Amino acid sequence: MKKVLLNKRPIARSLASAITLAFTAAMAQPAVAVTDEEFRELQEQFNHLADQVEENSQSSKSDTTIGGYGEMHYNHLSDDLGNSIRELDFHRFVLFVNHEFNDSIRFFSEFEIEHAIAGDGQNGEVEIEQAYVQFDLNGNTRANAGLFLVPVGILNETHEPPTFYGVERNPVEKYIIPTTWWEGGAMLSGNNPSGLSYDVALTSGLDGGTDIRKGRQKVSKANARNLAATGRVRYTGTRGLTLSGTAQYQDDMTQDSADDINSATLVELHARWAIADFTLTGLYARWDIDVADTAAAADKEKDVQSGAYLEASYKITPRWGVFARQNEWDNGGAGDTRETQTDFGINYWPHEDVVIKADYQVQNDIAGNFDGFNLGIGYQF
Amino acid sequence: MPLMKTSLTLITLLLISFNFVPVATAGGTYQQPADFVNEVFDNTAPKPSVLWLKKDLKEQLSDILDHPYRGMRVRYWRQTDKDAARTAWILEETGKEKLITTGIVVNKGRIERVKVLIFRESRGWEVRHDFFTDQFKDAELQNNTQLNKHIDNISGATLSVRAVRKLAQIALLLDKTVQQK
Repeated sequence: MKKVLLNKRPIARSLASAITLAFTAAMAQPAVAVTDEEFRELQEQFNHLADQVEENSQSSKSDTTIGGYGEMHYNHLSDDLGNSIRELDFHRFVLFVNHEFNDSIRFFSEFEIEHAIAGDGQNGEVEIEQAYVQFDLNGNTRANAGLFLVPVGILNETHEPPTFYGVERNPVEKYIIPTTWWEGGAMLSGNNPSGLSYDVALTSGLDGGTDIRKGRQKVSKANARNLAATGRVRYTGTRGLTLSGTAQYQDDMTQDSADDINSATLVELHARWAIADFTLTGLYARWDIDVADTAAAADKEKDVQSGAYLEASYKITPRWGVFARQNEWDNGGAGDTRETQTDFGINYWPHEDVVIKADYQVQNDIAGNFDGFNLGIGYQF
Repeated sequence: MPLMKTSLTLITLLLISFNFVPVATAGGTYQQPADFVNEVFDNTAPKPSVLWLKKDLKEQLSDILDHPYRGMRVRYWRQTDKDAARTAWILEETGKEKLITTGIVVNKGRIERVKVLIFRESRGWEVRHDFFTDQFKDAELQNNTQLNKHIDNISGATLSVRAVRKLAQIALLLDKTVQQK
C-alpha cells in the first residue's frame, strides 16, 4: 500500500540541491587537510542530511495509506440448449483507505464498485465492505469494531485476485458461506506462539430466511433484532499446514420470531497443505436451519445447505501456476439439487501483484450446464 | 438476549485462556529495534555502520522487492571483535498495506535469526512466531539473490510471508556486499 501525502518531495529536492551546492562550493576551494575528527564530523553531518532526504522521500512512512485491487473477467460459456454467455465485465474495482491513529489504534476500510457502474437500472453496486477500527490490546490480542468481513472460509477475508486460482471465485464459498460476507459488530482476535489463533465476533445477522446469499443485509439499516455469534479457530503451527474451523449461530434467520424459520448454525472447515510448490486445499461448509414443520415446502426443502471443494495447484515457476478444482454444493429445493462444477486453468503473474488468468469450467445440468472458458486480469497494490 | 450472554462468557474464557493482560503499549511492537540489536550482541552492540547503495546494488534490491528501493543507505551492525562475519540488520517492507519491521542476523553468509519486531498489518500477524521465522535458519543465497530454502506460506498471511522472505534475501545480499568490502 502506498502512503499518500504530501508535498515532501520538494523538500527532498531542496535538500539534495543544498548538498550538491555545498559540494560544488567545497570543490571550488583549495584543498585543505582535514583531521580525522573533522572527517568523522563531516561524515555524521552528511548522514544526517541523507536521513532527512530519505525520511522525506519515503511516502510509506505516512499514517494514511491507500491501496486496492480490481479484476476484469471475460466469460465464454454455452449450454446444451444453445444458450450462451459472451460477457466482458469489470467485476470489481476496490480501494482501501487506512489510517494509523497511533501505534495501537488503526482504521481499515474497503470501498468497492462492482460491475463498473452503479445506480438505478444499472448492473453494479457501490459498497463499503470494510470500515472498522482495530485496537491492539496486547501483543497477542486485538479487537475490531465496526463493519468487517466475517471470519469464515478462505476467500471471504482474502480475495485479492493475485492470491487465488480461477477467474471467478469458487461457487461453494459464494453460494454456501456466502462470500463476500460482511457484518457490523465487534470481534476479538488472538494468537499464540503454538500457531493457534482465534476470533470471536458478535455481529448483525442475515435476514433472508432460507435464502442464504440474499440474506446479507450489508449493514445497511440492518435489522438487528437477532444477532449472530461467530467463532473461528485456526492452526498454522506446522510448516505448510493450515487448519481452520468456523461456527456461527444466529437466533433467527428472518429477524422475526413469529414465523416458521428460526435459528441457524453454520459450520465451515478447511485445510490447506503446501509442500514446496504443490498445494492441496479442501473446504466444507454446511448450514442447518431450524424450519418448523408448518413452514412452506420450499423452505423445508432448504433446511440443510452444504458444499465442498477440493483444489490442487502447482507453481511451475514463481510466475506460472496451474490448478484443478472440483466443487459440489447444494442450496436445497425440490428434487435433486446437487450442483457440481469442475474448473482447471492457469495463472500467470507478470508481476507478483498482477495476475492474468485463464480457466475452463464444466457444470452439471443442475448448476446450469454452462461449459466454456473464462479469462481474467487482476491486480492489487 | 441469551446469545449475547453466551458470547460474553465465551470471550471472557478466551481472554483468560490466552493470558490476556490489558496493557497500554502497542500490541504490534514486539521488540524495539534497538533492544533487538542489544540482545543480538549481548548488550555490547557495536556502533552502527552505514552501507551506501550503489546503483547496481540498488537494482538488485529492487529486483528482489519487485518494486523500486527508495533508500540511499542501509544501517547495519557488525561484530568487530571475535567474529567479523556476523552482521545484524533492521529492515522494513510492506506486507499488504503497512510496513513490517524485521530484525535479521547473518552469520558467515547464513541466516542466524529472523525476528518480526513491529507488525502493523490488519491480518497475517502469524509471521512473527517462531514456527514461521525458524524456517529461515541457515538459509543462504543461491543464484545471487534467491534463498536456497523453500519458505512455506501461511494461508491468509501470504503478503506478510512474502515481505519477510524478501527481507531475508536482502539481508543476505547486503551482508555479502559488506563482507566483500
